[in-house]
Amino acid sequence: MKPLPATPPTSGDAVMSARNIAKSYGSVHALKGVNFDIHRGKVTTLFGENGAGKSTLMKILSGVVTPTSGDIILDGEVVHFSSASDARDCGISIIHQELSLAPNLSVRDNIFMGREIRTATGVDFAEEARQAKALMADLEEDIDPMTLVEDLRLGQQQIVEIARALSVDSRILIMDEPTSALSATEVEVLFKVIRDLTSRGVSIVYISHHLEEALQITDYAVVLRDGAMTANAEAKDIDLEWIVRNMVGENFDLGSPPTGYAFGETALSIEDVSVTDASGSGYSVVDHLSLDVKAGEIVCIYGLMGAGRTELLEAVAGRMPLSGGRVIVEGDDIAGLSISQRIDRGLVLVPEDRQRDGLVQTMSVGQNLSLASIAAFTRRMLMSRSGEQAVVDEAIGKVHIKTDGGRAAIGSLSGGNQQKVVIGKMLATNPRVILLDEPSRGIDIGAKAEVFRLLSERAAKGLAVVFSTSEVAECLSIAHRIVVMRRGRISAQFGADVSKEEIMAASGEAVHV
Amino acid sequence: MASSVTTPPRSGLFPDGFELGRLLLEGRAFFALIAIIVVFSFLSPYYFSVSNFLIMSSHVAIYGILAIGMLLVILNGGIDLSVGSTLGLAGVVAGFLMQGVTLNVLGVVLYPPIWVVVLLVCALGAFVGLINGILIARFKVPAFVATLGVMYVARGFALLMTNGLTYNNLGGKAELGNAGFDWLGFNRLAGIPIGVIVLVVLALIGSLVLNRSAFGRWLYSTGGNERAAELSGVPVKKVQVTVYMLSGICAAIAGLILSSQLTSAGPTAGTSYELTAIAAVVIGGAALTGGRGNIRGTLLGAFVIGFLSDGLVIIGISSYWQTVFTGAVIVLAVLLNAVQYRRRVKKTTETGGPSASLQSNGNGQTASATHGKIAS
Repeated sequence: MKPLPATPPTSGDAVMSARNIAKSYGSVHALKGVNFDIHRGKVTTLFGENGAGKSTLMKILSGVVTPTSGDIILDGEVVHFSSASDARDCGISIIHQELSLAPNLSVRDNIFMGREIRTATGVDFAEEARQAKALMADLEEDIDPMTLVEDLRLGQQQIVEIARALSVDSRILIMDEPTSALSATEVEVLFKVIRDLTSRGVSIVYISHHLEEALQITDYAVVLRDGAMTANAEAKDIDLEWIVRNMVGENFDLGSPPTGYAFGETALSIEDVSVTDASGSGYSVVDHLSLDVKAGEIVCIYGLMGAGRTELLEAVAGRMPLSGGRVIVEGDDIAGLSISQRIDRGLVLVPEDRQRDGLVQTMSVGQNLSLASIAAFTRRMLMSRSGEQAVVDEAIGKVHIKTDGGRAAIGSLSGGNQQKVVIGKMLATNPRVILLDEPSRGIDIGAKAEVFRLLSERAAKGLAVVFSTSEVAECLSIAHRIVVMRRGRISAQFGADVSKEEIMAASGEAVHV
Repeated sequence: MASSVTTPPRSGLFPDGFELGRLLLEGRAFFALIAIIVVFSFLSPYYFSVSNFLIMSSHVAIYGILAIGMLLVILNGGIDLSVGSTLGLAGVVAGFLMQGVTLNVLGVVLYPPIWVVVLLVCALGAFVGLINGILIARFKVPAFVATLGVMYVARGFALLMTNGLTYNNLGGKAELGNAGFDWLGFNRLAGIPIGVIVLVVLALIGSLVLNRSAFGRWLYSTGGNERAAELSGVPVKKVQVTVYMLSGICAAIAGLILSSQLTSAGPTAGTSYELTAIAAVVIGGAALTGGRGNIRGTLLGAFVIGFLSDGLVIIGISSYWQTVFTGAVIVLAVLLNAVQYRRRVKKTTETGGPSASLQSNGNGQTASATHGKIAS
């Protein structure tokens, strides 16, 4: 029960240690000198919020990413991995958070991808199939090795991913969110497998957002926050409350809800909206959800991965079809309208993945900023250059982008400034309602605070703001109201005076805090 | 690495502005053209003359017009393999209309005037493009496959209409009111062949559309990132259908000019011209992934190909060698494009934002150290 910030644990049973590992992507510091031990034959669990650096650290330990500075010590010796296969040769394997399977190949071929069992005449498929079958039996999953991975449901695909890591016979096995798509029984089986592995001397590194579930399997807990280790302890000394406290930490001030004005009429009304899963499984990712947002109000939607936040926002913005319900903006039902018609009605979306959905990389900062409001400076079919420059200058000024008048390439901006370009682009259309899907993803804390300040300024002028987040600290910033989503439904609504623990409990992250 | 932080690569708000980066990009094709002219002028006394340049330019006009249409499609991130066939079909339909349309019911033969022929043929080109566009935008058929199919279908119809023969008599008759078809291919305005003038006019319209119209901006944005464009309210499907229609119209215009130049319309005219058009666009610096490229570069690309192959003919090199040279130029151009775009991407990721808001923590030493090298 004694948190020792940033000091390495002194236990002598470390099979692998990270010493002062730092990693930067451009000006973004993902890790800032982390010390971390993996205990022999034990489960070491990493806790931390999104963006705390867990996945980056695991990618470094498994050789996928090379650190900017710092050492990795394996069995007392400093090692340098230049690739994932280097690390694999040293007995380290990783189950990635994102599935890395080839959907067009069978379970057998996926498990042995890149490590086919060769004979003089080719590949020994029979032996591969036998081993694949044995692995599936260990995991108590009834999957035929010849099934194509694309025919499996997500949870089974995750099992295949796990089986692939197990098939390597590694000494150190890193599991990055292995249970996100598994059912409760499957998790139990996985934990049994983990216990079996540790009893045979395999060291496990475990990462999960489901704190309570992770705590069941943990021997040693390590907490990361903002790229640095903040605490570590043995599992027997700690409880959930300790983890949450160290994960969240003291608040960086992300602002407070704007006050001093009255909310206007209901600007956005989501009525009984359902969205069916895009993969055609018939499963409702958003399930009869209703939500009203008034002009000037800031609503935060909190939820774990897969809670349906992104689907809800994309369906409201017109990116995904609704399977039921109505979306009303200032009194008009907009359910059947195209995205551009919705923008005309004053409803805009700032997407989650700005590289994939937000920015046009081949165009300049200015062209990106003006993209959504071309009509505003087009007269008789032709765009007015001065009109465009005015729109661009106004947007740059409003969202405080550090650039030289918009002529720079979009790729030359930092993540935070790129995000401001996406927000500025949508604000340039003078919306009535703005939806932002994880607006703080991948930007540093300073830019985060700036984005929130910008939103609260606009809200005070009557803009209805809905933003989603997976970081509790962000719920408690500028939002007047916090809506917690869980499995496609609203599981709770809170005012701005709620505690982090209450929010996390409602999301299913930590049930009995 | 420190040097890469000094100047972020400039890509203009106004693509027609005078900027060093852009001039260098197009400089490549431009310098190649100069080199071709200089070399052939030394090798042949006939090469460097106004009359030869005009003749060569009227050859270039056909490819150039196709290439302008192709550029629009490539900017969108697509490809149009059907333009050669559309060109052939357009010529055949023009020939068919010139012979007179027999209406069996009324027992009369209609001889449409030239302007009607031109309009109908352009409409035909737009229709072929519309089919491409609908297949690609509505039914999500990959552009390569959709236009490949339409390429065969259009060629097949051209062959069916003539039974494989060629319409030879395109002069028309003054008493039938349909004379003057050869004007497109033979006449000159102020000494310049009509075909070249059409090319210049189309290029000017194209430049205006790309740089100054909302449609142009929509086109660049959908080619650069369709998802982002859609979320910004750009009608991406409409843009996609429109570019294929414009490409079809360009092919029809090229078909009219070619059959007028030849005073005959054969069903196999324009075979493999689509590949020449693609080559011109690529030599002109456009990216096949979409979003990058412009009319100026594409025209230079068309002139490089045209002046090179005509030059080889003039100095008497076998047409087999011409094929080899053209191929080598195309590969070289794509190679240079790849080098250039790769450097640009690297540069933008490495700078990582010289104007970025600085973080408060003191890990300054990492800022200029190794950047995201992902080895896997």
